Amino acid sequence: MYDKEMLKHVLSAYGPSGREETASEVIKSYVAPYADEVYNDRLGNLIAVKKGTSGKKIMFSAHMDQIGLCVVDIDEKGFLRVTNVGGVNPIISIAREVVFKNGTRGVTFFETEKGAKETTMATLFVDIGCESYEEAAAKVDIGDMCIFAGNFVEMGNKISSPYMDDRIACAALIEAFRTMKSEHDVYAVFTVQEEVGLRGAGPAAFAIEPDINISCDVCGMGDIPNCVRMSVKLGEGATVKAMDSSVIVPVKVREFLKNAADKRGIKWQNEILRSGGTDTGAAQRAGKGTFSGCVSIPTRYIHAPIETIDVRDYEAAVALLRAAAEEKELPRV
Amino acid sequence: MAYDKQMLKDILDAHGACGREKGVRDTIKAYIAPHADEVYRDAMGNLIAVKKGTSGKKIMFTVHMDQIGFLVRSIGEDGFVRLINQGCINSARCIAREIRFENGARGVTYFETADKTVLTAGITSQFVDVGASTKEEAEAIVKVGESAVFASDFVEMGSRIACGALDNRICCAAMVEMFRAMQSEHDVYAVFTVQEEEGMRGASPAAFGVKPDLNITVDVTGTGDIPGAEANDVVMGKGPAVKVKDMYITVPEEVIAFLENAAKKANIKYQYEFAPGYTDAGPVQRTGAGILSGGISVPLRYLHTPVETVDVRDYEETVRLLCAVVAEKELPQY
Amino acid sequence: MLGRLETLCNLSGPSGNEGPVRRYIREYAKQYADETWVDRMGNLYVHKKGSGPKVMVAAHMDEVGMLIWGAMDNGLLIYQQGGIDPRVVVSKRVLVGKNEIPGVIGAKAIHLQSQTDREHALDHTELFIDIGAKDKADVLKYVKPGEGAVFATRFERYGEDHVKSKALDDRVGCAIAMELLKNDYECDFYAAFTVQEEVGIRGAVVTAYNVKPDVALILEGTTANDMPGVESHQHVTRVGNGPALTFMDGGTIVPEKMFNALKKTAREENIPFQLRQGSRGRTDASEIHKSLAGCIAGGISVPCRYIHSPNSIASVSDIENAYKLADAFLRTKKFEEVL
Repeated sequence: MYDKEMLKHVLSAYGPSGREETASEVIKSYVAPYADEVYNDRLGNLIAVKKGTSGKKIMFSAHMDQIGLCVVDIDEKGFLRVTNVGGVNPIISIAREVVFKNGTRGVTFFETEKGAKETTMATLFVDIGCESYEEAAAKVDIGDMCIFAGNFVEMGNKISSPYMDDRIACAALIEAFRTMKSEHDVYAVFTVQEEVGLRGAGPAAFAIEPDINISCDVCGMGDIPNCVRMSVKLGEGATVKAMDSSVIVPVKVREFLKNAADKRGIKWQNEILRSGGTDTGAAQRAGKGTFSGCVSIPTRYIHAPIETIDVRDYEAAVALLRAAAEEKELPRV
Repeated sequence: MAYDKQMLKDILDAHGACGREKGVRDTIKAYIAPHADEVYRDAMGNLIAVKKGTSGKKIMFTVHMDQIGFLVRSIGEDGFVRLINQGCINSARCIAREIRFENGARGVTYFETADKTVLTAGITSQFVDVGASTKEEAEAIVKVGESAVFASDFVEMGSRIACGALDNRICCAAMVEMFRAMQSEHDVYAVFTVQEEEGMRGASPAAFGVKPDLNITVDVTGTGDIPGAEANDVVMGKGPAVKVKDMYITVPEEVIAFLENAAKKANIKYQYEFAPGYTDAGPVQRTGAGILSGGISVPLRYLHTPVETVDVRDYEETVRLLCAVVAEKELPQY
Repeated sequence: MLGRLETLCNLSGPSGNEGPVRRYIREYAKQYADETWVDRMGNLYVHKKGSGPKVMVAAHMDEVGMLIWGAMDNGLLIYQQGGIDPRVVVSKRVLVGKNEIPGVIGAKAIHLQSQTDREHALDHTELFIDIGAKDKADVLKYVKPGEGAVFATRFERYGEDHVKSKALDDRVGCAIAMELLKNDYECDFYAAFTVQEEVGIRGAVVTAYNVKPDVALILEGTTANDMPGVESHQHVTRVGNGPALTFMDGGTIVPEKMFNALKKTAREENIPFQLRQGSRGRTDASEIHKSLAGCIAGGISVPCRYIHSPNSIASVSDIENAYKLADAFLRTKKFEEVL
């Protein structure tokens, strides 16, 4: 049984890219009791360390930032103009509830006269219930970011919620970190600013210089009606990434993960993500370079506020991350 | 006036897709019955609450209680559920939503991404994920014909509230508030109509049954005070709007004058509505040998989305105006 | 500072050919610096030793320009460019190569154009630089492929408070950084004058590895879109409203503490400022902040109307206030608050 309360808490913590402090605090509260050391680096990456004896370092990374909207202007009638933080579809963003860090809530709409086809971030706006610039500016400042609201919806084995990307992976890493036994130094890194271009993982990997990095993220799937073909299915296990836009995973790393899974009867699938990058690539090329691989949780409707996962895949990802940490032999050059 | 927030939330939360209004009907009935002499439903499903007066005149309010929503059209072998919409819903606005079925099951919507975009995916290219992997699993969760509505939160933003179903539950709640507070010499009929969103199907039969001397339809109306909106003089926060015209009615001058007069006497600020949509006011006007009919509307932004927004001050002033209207001794003459 | 800005703007320094700008800055900087050096990419470093955190201010020396790619049989030069709107180059004078040979970018005369020609904007691939050579052999006597070309416009004062020039992006940043060199700050201070920003932030990443800064302050010329018919929320910045502080652009999300420290500095010193209300475009900060184990980076920008064109306009008071703000940030040791 997974820790549902922890998952809900992690899913709902505020932390758009570059503004991850709250999410970091929430995650920290769950990992700190199991870590020898927990700290944030200069960019805000949260790093929990559990010391081992082998002299080797294994790094796990899951990004804790989330997509959202950033206020660029407040008009004289109190409406907020926004721009996207990360990959936000402007049309899907219409008629949504949003929440700011200070709890201010609002709803989004667009300039209807221009028609939906013309909808870009420039015609989207946020209504926070104010009638004037002064009233709005007292609640929200230019540069403030908001995130999309939504519910934790349980549907059989599946769960739908905003921000499964990538809080489901953060939760998986928390669960794995709490229970793993490793001979190696384990670094659980909750990275910042992945959604705006994989900016946090590289510096973290540069500082840690791990012998291997395993990222944990979400990936697409091919089991919804009339979508682009992809072999990944929900409910068939965690994935072992072969490639995405940011990385080609070395065969040794894939074999390492597959062997770790097979030994313990953990269900896994092969994953090739046609578009989209992950921290896997950024970590791979940090400093002198490192082995880097990725375990993903298949996710439907990515970057919409109803991202949907299968609990069984989540549990498989937890088991696989734990298994990787427990392996005595790490891949060698 | 501190409005009854719990009552409003209960009425907003009750299920009432077109033709499937049982949930909301029961909720409203429970709230209004203590203040009515009689409450009954007709064959269409309209809920009618009556408070008797002494003048021998009948004043009727038509307030639709249904909401935009969906019916399950089919269930695929893959366990995905296909919907058909009830009421006018922009198809792009149906994508990536949480929906709730009448039986309590929940699901999320998406579209066929291989060859469609958010803008080109009509309702037939959309589907609901209810967490099922096979037709059998899905059928254990919902049946063909089951109704569904958008899930939404009750979002308080200063003096404003955002929530799905504010069209037209905000007016249903206003009607309950009116029944609690009103003084009238006339027989007052509150008719909570069905199937307005699918073409105003409930109001006319109810009016035929009641045969009122005057009908006032209470509904919501769009505003022009958001960036880049089509021209519309209605502004949120400036009071209820007196209907002059919509697509189905040009309100008789004597009815407009009657409403204006009632508002002025009670010192209530009001606006004029020229709506590009329709309400129950039109069909009621053409019921039987004709009925004097007009409308009072609550300004509402972001119509037919899960974030419909109203101003509580408009809501409260609407309740005051309704009470002022029933307090008038003389109903309009023709 | 304005005199040096004029000299800087009139120098030629397209991406990859920043030599004249680098030599001018280095010559000037020697009097204030403990050391100056140039790295393998051509970035210039000016170091004023001190104790405390390593603080680096950065401004890029390159300007949008062209790179001569080859010559046609008829003596016209083919070019490649980075960041220039093809609609602004037609009929403009340019200076080509080390010897600054005058040239002009021509287009078909109006009476030779068809209806479709007139309706479509010419692309760079349809435009050529003409230096008056007879043929290919003749043109290659004067210009070699690989040399640069820049707009031939000159720096001028416009009105009471404005300057007009090419290359304000980012010679304003260079001029401000040069002015800062006169002062002593309580930190280990570096000024990095970077190369090849306009073609993909190529120089800055190397400066970060060479300096290993704790805090970086990027001085930039940025877009001002305060034009008629543009809605307020799309102005990005407004000329004359003070230096612009960035909270987010296409390459960097400025840490809240850095953004707040810059705002606080401006308020304390009564320096007018505006917020850069756009999310597109990148600066050297985008590479610097994620280099090594990460660095705290923020930016102060001078709004420039018609940026990346032969004639952009900036406000003198914005430039002076940008300097004052950068100086105050360093003088009041705000870099300590952001670490």
